[in-house]
Amino acid sequence: MEIKTDYFEDIKIFKETSTLIWFLLAMGFLLSAPLFAGGYVVYMLSLTAIYTIVSLGLNLLSGYAGQISLGHAAFLAIGAYSSAYLTVKLGLPFWFALPASGFITAAAGILIGIPALRLRGLYLAIATMAFAFIADEVILNWESVTNGANGIKLSPPSIGPLALDTDQRFYYFILAITLIMLWGAKNIIRSSLGRAFIAIRDSETAAETMGVNLSIYKTIAFLISAFYAGIAGSLFAHFIKYISPSNFTLLDSIGFIIMILVGGTGTLLGSVYGAVFITFLPEGIRVLKDFFPFFVVETGLQGLLYGLILLLFILFEPTGLYGRWLKIKRYWKTFPLK
Amino acid sequence: MFFQQLISGMALGSIYALIALGFVIIYKATEVINFAQGELMVWGAFIALTLTTSMGLPLWLSFVLSLFFMALFGILLEVLAIRPLVGKPIFSIVMATIGLSFVLRHLAGIIWSYDNFRFPSIFPRQPFSLGLTTIASSHLGIICTSFALMGLLYGFFRFTSLGLAMRATQQNQLGASIVGVGVKRIFSLTWALAAMLGAIAGILIAPVQFLNVNLGYLGLKAFPAAVLGGFGSIPGAIVGGLIIGVSENLAGTFLATWVREIFAYIILLVILMIRPQGIFGIQEKKRV
Repeated sequence: MEIKTDYFEDIKIFKETSTLIWFLLAMGFLLSAPLFAGGYVVYMLSLTAIYTIVSLGLNLLSGYAGQISLGHAAFLAIGAYSSAYLTVKLGLPFWFALPASGFITAAAGILIGIPALRLRGLYLAIATMAFAFIADEVILNWESVTNGANGIKLSPPSIGPLALDTDQRFYYFILAITLIMLWGAKNIIRSSLGRAFIAIRDSETAAETMGVNLSIYKTIAFLISAFYAGIAGSLFAHFIKYISPSNFTLLDSIGFIIMILVGGTGTLLGSVYGAVFITFLPEGIRVLKDFFPFFVVETGLQGLLYGLILLLFILFEPTGLYGRWLKIKRYWKTFPLK
Repeated sequence: MFFQQLISGMALGSIYALIALGFVIIYKATEVINFAQGELMVWGAFIALTLTTSMGLPLWLSFVLSLFFMALFGILLEVLAIRPLVGKPIFSIVMATIGLSFVLRHLAGIIWSYDNFRFPSIFPRQPFSLGLTTIASSHLGIICTSFALMGLLYGFFRFTSLGLAMRATQQNQLGASIVGVGVKRIFSLTWALAAMLGAIAGILIAPVQFLNVNLGYLGLKAFPAAVLGGFGSIPGAIVGGLIIGVSENLAGTFLATWVREIFAYIILLVILMIRPQGIFGIQEKKRV
């Protein structure tokens, strides 16, 4: 173990050289994946990247700032529908719609963040769930904007002369955006903002005593988290090219929480693990179904697995996969000694 | 029209009140928020249905047996899944019981399928005439049964020694265990009681609507009821349930049909903004 002697050493992005090497290897794989892997793998990787953005935003809110959100699918929906409305109905370009839907969703985040200031724990969980139900019903019934249950069909986006019309091109675009969002999240955590979030999570009273303004920082946490979900929603809408209310249900909100819980709450790398896990879980279910033919209804099996994963991780592995990885690493580092 | 909507709203409201009572007694005893209360309701109703239709038992016997099984089931859940969680942060507890609710819902789906089932009613079919207007007997039956049940529950908490032990545990676990109350046993019995309340709510509501695995979502609507009344207050759960049931019915009739589905949640958000402690709740004090 080396001892840090400098503050800037402690907030370096890559604390150890090995981390940097792993990062470069992962980047090399992700950049070259379309060259050797099939279209299906590229599709799954794009989806993983989009979920990573959601997961990062939710982890900033729940894992770092300690605020529960049971309605994150609603933020994703607001982002997706804003982007669809701006590009399809108003004919605005994608480069404008992408950040715009982020900002619209962030505004919705403030809207839910303000009542959340007075609420803690249980009440916040119920309030965000209520918000998601209301948003769901509004989307279903505000037909002039959302087409109701029929959903909206989107066309492939383009940025200036660059058309993102193939899955491969859009994959590189999503990857770039995801990296920017990851870099942003890392810098939020390294700054005073991130430290304020962590202080609020660990003890609101202590944070307040140290001069952290609870209302401002909680609102910022909701704003940032919603912004992430909005950007992800916009990418999601243009990526799957058709959105309807059935894309954004309570099951999806729970799926997002499973992402940060399985990956590891309060870690950025955990967000990535969680996104990989949740994207590939349906594939696992498809394989499982061949072995267990009595599970007739697929959504039922997904719900059952979601529930089991939540319950088992909370009971037996509350630090998630990333926490387990740290434990294994520590075990081998100090191997003969315990 | 108004009167009929009022009565059917009160019937639905009594169901919310029963579910909310289940939340509240569990919350008061163990500080665990049970998101799976609606699923306990569905399981109770399905067990009763299986006992009458597949085994041919008389209706009343299948109801009694269903209550008995649900009590055992509640104890089982408490021991296996909930007891390790007591004292954990609220985030873990909320997520674990949500996980539990998903498991129970889809396990029910796998056992009994996701179809709609017709559920036999204990109340007569012909409507009850009341001067100028008529009301459905089942609605009246639900209201009367729920109120009788609430009275019974009040008597149980007020006059029996077990009820006293439960109240003592709710007030102060350490104090209760010092004077000889088996706190773990009380936790299990609280879950048994909540599961039985859920089963009764299920048996009452299933004949009015169809019995379906997704009926458990009704349990989520009992949260607005519990919060409106003041989370942790037993009379609050009853009053909150009735207000939510009646107001969402009236909103559905006089505003727009789709508002009915979310009116409870709108009330919830408004209440949380202006008076988070609810009608009967006590303002929580911050302690360092």
